[in-house]
Amino acid sequence: MSPGAPLAAGAAGPMTPEPLRVRSLRRETADTWTVSLDVSRRPGGFPFQPGQFNMLYVFGVGEVAISISGDPGRPAELLHTVRTVGAATHALRGIGRGGTLGVRGPYGRPWPMEEARGQDVVVVAGGLGLAPLRPAILHLLRHRAEYGRVSVLVGARTPEDLPFRRELARWQEDSRLRVLVTVDKASPGWTEHVGVVPALLSDVEVDPARTVALMCGPEVMMRFTVRELERRGVPDARIHLSLERNMKCAVGFCGHCQLVPYFVCKDGPVFPYEKLRPFINLREV
Amino acid sequence: MPPPLPPLEHHPFLRGLSPEQVSAIACGIRELSFPAGALLLREGEQADTLYLLRSGRVVLELNVPGRGTTQLETLKAGDILGLSWLFPPYRWSLDARAVEPVDAFALDASCMRGPTPEHPVLEPALAMRLLRHLYDRLERVRLQRLDVYKAGA
Amino acid sequence: MPEVTSSAPEEGRAQLSLEQFAALLAALRGEGWRLVGPTVRDGALVHEDISGAEELPRGWTEVQEAGTYRLARREDGALFGYSVGPKSWKHLLFVPRLRLMSAHREAEGFRVESEPTEPPRLALIGARSCDLHAIAVQDRTFLEGPYKDPDYAARRERLFVVAVNCGQAGGTCFCVSMRTGPRATFGFDIALTEVLEGGHRFLAEAGSERGAALLSRLEARPASEEDIQAADAVVERTAQSMGRTMDTTDIKGLLYRNLEHPRWDDVAQRCLACTNCTLVCPTCFCSTVEDTSDLRGDVAERWRRWDSCFTLDHSYLHGGNVRHTIRGRYRQWLTHKVASWWDQFGTSGCIGCGRCITWCPVGIDITEEVAAIRATDGARSGA
Ligand SMILES: Cc1cc2nc3c(=O)[nH]c(=O)nc-3n(C[C@H](O)[C@H](O)[C@H](O)COP(=O)(O)OP(=O)(O)OC[C@H]3O[C@@H](n4cnc5c(N)ncnc54)[C@H](O)[C@@H]3O)c2cc1C
Ligand code: SF4
Ligand code: SF4
Ligand code: FES
Repeated sequence: MSPGAPLAAGAAGPMTPEPLRVRSLRRETADTWTVSLDVSRRPGGFPFQPGQFNMLYVFGVGEVAISISGDPGRPAELLHTVRTVGAATHALRGIGRGGTLGVRGPYGRPWPMEEARGQDVVVVAGGLGLAPLRPAILHLLRHRAEYGRVSVLVGARTPEDLPFRRELARWQEDSRLRVLVTVDKASPGWTEHVGVVPALLSDVEVDPARTVALMCGPEVMMRFTVRELERRGVPDARIHLSLERNMKCAVGFCGHCQLVPYFVCKDGPVFPYEKLRPFINLREV
Repeated sequence: MPPPLPPLEHHPFLRGLSPEQVSAIACGIRELSFPAGALLLREGEQADTLYLLRSGRVVLELNVPGRGTTQLETLKAGDILGLSWLFPPYRWSLDARAVEPVDAFALDASCMRGPTPEHPVLEPALAMRLLRHLYDRLERVRLQRLDVYKAGA
Repeated sequence: MPEVTSSAPEEGRAQLSLEQFAALLAALRGEGWRLVGPTVRDGALVHEDISGAEELPRGWTEVQEAGTYRLARREDGALFGYSVGPKSWKHLLFVPRLRLMSAHREAEGFRVESEPTEPPRLALIGARSCDLHAIAVQDRTFLEGPYKDPDYAARRERLFVVAVNCGQAGGTCFCVSMRTGPRATFGFDIALTEVLEGGHRFLAEAGSERGAALLSRLEARPASEEDIQAADAVVERTAQSMGRTMDTTDIKGLLYRNLEHPRWDDVAQRCLACTNCTLVCPTCFCSTVEDTSDLRGDVAERWRRWDSCFTLDHSYLHGGNVRHTIRGRYRQWLTHKVASWWDQFGTSGCIGCGRCITWCPVGIDITEEVAAIRATDGARSGA
């Protein structure tokens, strides 16, 4: 299901990480960092598909699911963008250049880049939801001629909380993309949108029969955005969401990531909305 | 040359209404342009206009003493701006600033406001559109106040 | 899983005396198999290492009801005169605590060592049909997904299974309605039926070549038509006397369309979220992973430990738990067992052993909960 041989799926067992050195760390926002891992010793680097994630292990501290945020067309570079929220992610941030992380993956069902070929693509990212979507955007840019109109809608809490800010600015200058950015709150001087992500959709021409939507962000934000897309006539099968659940194994063993019939780790994290519709509005699934 | 701006009856807020309905709603129509940075509404001032935005973006701002100015929401071409004329005391409750050059129709609120001898009730078509608009705004505000991006939200 | 060989009634079936049965166990030991079988420990029948037939619970049985379990004597000296105790075979294959790896700090970074997987060769003595179904259910999780669990796989390969067809229904089991028993139909090397009437003896059936080879070495008498009929009668009587049933008609649809049924509120009032049901359940596979390090921080270890969807942490996401009420957690459990398992693995997650009913401290009965939802299909709670 995943491209390339998953790390350590052989004799070492699927729960054993491979140590990789931290090549560099780049600050994205006050609490978010992009970590580049050295994969130069791996033949072929670290191939993955947009939307897939890895399990990152911090020596003796813990292991967490983190999306791959780099360019799928450049497997020689392995990037993750991590928000420090708790024990493992703080320790991860603390490792610093030259330190070592354990990695296993790539895991999960990727964004449907094939299915989106020839279609208009609307990318909707909330907060760090942009991390797993960045590889999709880079893929779209690399294969630009194969897709129709591409719009990228990005939301964050404040302008300072936007990850990949410089790159967003560059994309906004790029005539091949339509990039709209909004924040929940801003001080004067901010000239982009203020408001919620679904509101940005009114600025985008949506042809329901040839639009594929890819979205990742807080679940509530996605539910609102789906409603807006439905109002515009986009069928459920064309709306794809990336979900987050507790993950202890990422390989279908631990049971933690279940969402009624699904294992988010292996059936997701990307799901077409038609599969989620019966469950996603229920509480405690 | 930018494409010509659509006429009044093509503005999303009025689109689909009959000419009679449009003329019952819209009076004292002015076509206005604002440079970037201009204030369309100023908190506390007399509220007597409904703006139908035709191009550009406007941001709603609130000044909080000690905390400075906060941008609350961006409105853009196709949106409507300014509803404080609906109810007493008919004063703007926010500032609205053009973020970039803005074109708008300004409609005189006195024709829409009711009840007056000439307008005993709000035109039903207008009422439904205002409701729809307010409901959409309410939904957005609900989502916005959830602060969904906060760590652990 | 040993190959299923379908044999005509006469061939591959033998009549074993008690001595020959004891010799069978001794022969297995002689071949280097570690025997694990039922034995009385702390007031319950559990699966533990045994040295031979003399350690089997001769003359013991169990009395089980919702929330109740106790041992009782029986007069006939049956060796397998009980149904299922609290421990299934799960802990032998999917072990409760397992070190997955150790990591060692080095001048540059660290080195990872995965655990050597050299499990013992185990002969399971007295596995029931439901147990074999349960193992097949867990196989789908650990062997038949995109990834294989190497520890489970290694343990699984080193099994010799001596199954026993049930001679009595337990107080809480319902395998007949789940189509998982009481007769073992696959997954064994040898299946036995203990016959008490007309002389204490066993009817033995080979389920694999090595099972057949072992039986032939015992020089047992081939089973006669009467022997087979006597054994069939034992199993038939068990099936007839089973007290519980679960109606599985469209059970997935039933549960999926009743995720907001008021019965969830009702059961949430009773459920203590103690996790007993998930621990005794032979198919529950949830685990958690713990990473630790020694005080000096030079050696780190990764352990896998049984977990349960009844714990709050099971659904932890930074900032909150997805299933923060017992209602949500009980619903996850029951829905998973009888409904979503079908989507995930193409089988029921419940094989009808009744353990969760017996070992629930407040006597919640899975069959009763399903029946209650079925009785008021479509009702919705306000919560
Ligand atoms: C498919 C997927 C992709 C993700 N991608 C990213 C990403 O690109 N960048 C990013 O910053 N975060 C991402 N996350 C979220 C990230 O996994 C959590 O923020 C992280 O696990 C928090 O761990 P912690 O120890 O720092 O926090 P704590 O709150 O201290 O968590 C303690 C422990 O709880 C568990 N835990 C907490 N939150 C989660 C969670 N969301 N999922 C699974 N286990 C959890 C972990 O075992 C963790 O060690 C992703 C999650 C998933 C499921
Ligand atoms: S759910 Fe209960 S009856 Fe069903 S297999 Fe598990 S323990 Fe046995
Ligand atoms: S019922 Fe609960 S504990 Fe058992 S496998 Fe399913 S999620 Fe895990
Ligand atoms: S993360 Fe363990 S089963 Fe999905």
